Amino acid sequence: MKELKVKADTENLLEVQSFIEEQLEEYDCPMLTQTSIGIAVEELFVNICHYAYAPATGDAVIRVGMHEDPLSVEISFIDSGIPYNPLEKPDPDTTLPAKQRQIGGLGIFMVKKSMDSMTYEYKDGKNILTIGKNLK
Amino acid sequence: MGLFNKKNKGADGNTSKSAALKVSVSNEGAEYTFTVEGRLDTNTSPELEAKINEVIGNATKLIIDLGNLEYISSAGLRVLLGATQVMEGKGEMVVRNVTEAVREVFDLTGFNNVFRIE
Repeated sequence: MKELKVKADTENLLEVQSFIEEQLEEYDCPMLTQTSIGIAVEELFVNICHYAYAPATGDAVIRVGMHEDPLSVEISFIDSGIPYNPLEKPDPDTTLPAKQRQIGGLGIFMVKKSMDSMTYEYKDGKNILTIGKNLK
Repeated sequence: MGLFNKKNKGADGNTSKSAALKVSVSNEGAEYTFTVEGRLDTNTSPELEAKINEVIGNATKLIIDLGNLEYISSAGLRVLLGATQVMEGKGEMVVRNVTEAVREVFDLTGFNNVFRIE
């Protein structure tokens, strides 16, 4: 289990994504899987940056661990901001035509659809959102 | 592979928020072609949005060439959706040369039915 603590600011996005990528490097993770993990990491980290502490700022902790059989990665996003469970947000209607489409909620929806697991808990004053993805 | 690699630096050697995105624009009259390369993320998408906004008032057709776009998040989708919505009333927008990684995001979000993809 490795951990990175950064200020919840979008300027740290590449640092967070590089941190995750480094953990995946030694595994033979398909490129498309790696990209979808990267996108999920962006959506969840940026949500913390934009909403967890607004209008103030705070820290985000990213924890990553690997599991075997099946080979998978588990990534937790932890903040001490306002309690918020993104899993309760209704999914956007992805069948609407362009004119009626809205972008709100799309990021979380993308994470839900592209990851193999997604769980939320509020514990000790912290939001803990955890995603899991099989690597093969 | 360095898709998210911080060491991806701009020409001046500094890590730039936009270092991983390259946008070039050409036009024939009111038909504008945007060639978009690299990453469309939270930090880089505003650059594409600004470049589209510069010309969209005059445009009757936008061609968005994503042949070398390797990464798109919801922030990038937002910019493409906004452009599509503006063009709907006054012309057309087409998206070209979608890579496998970007196609996967379009399919996941139903944007494969929102954009005209060539």
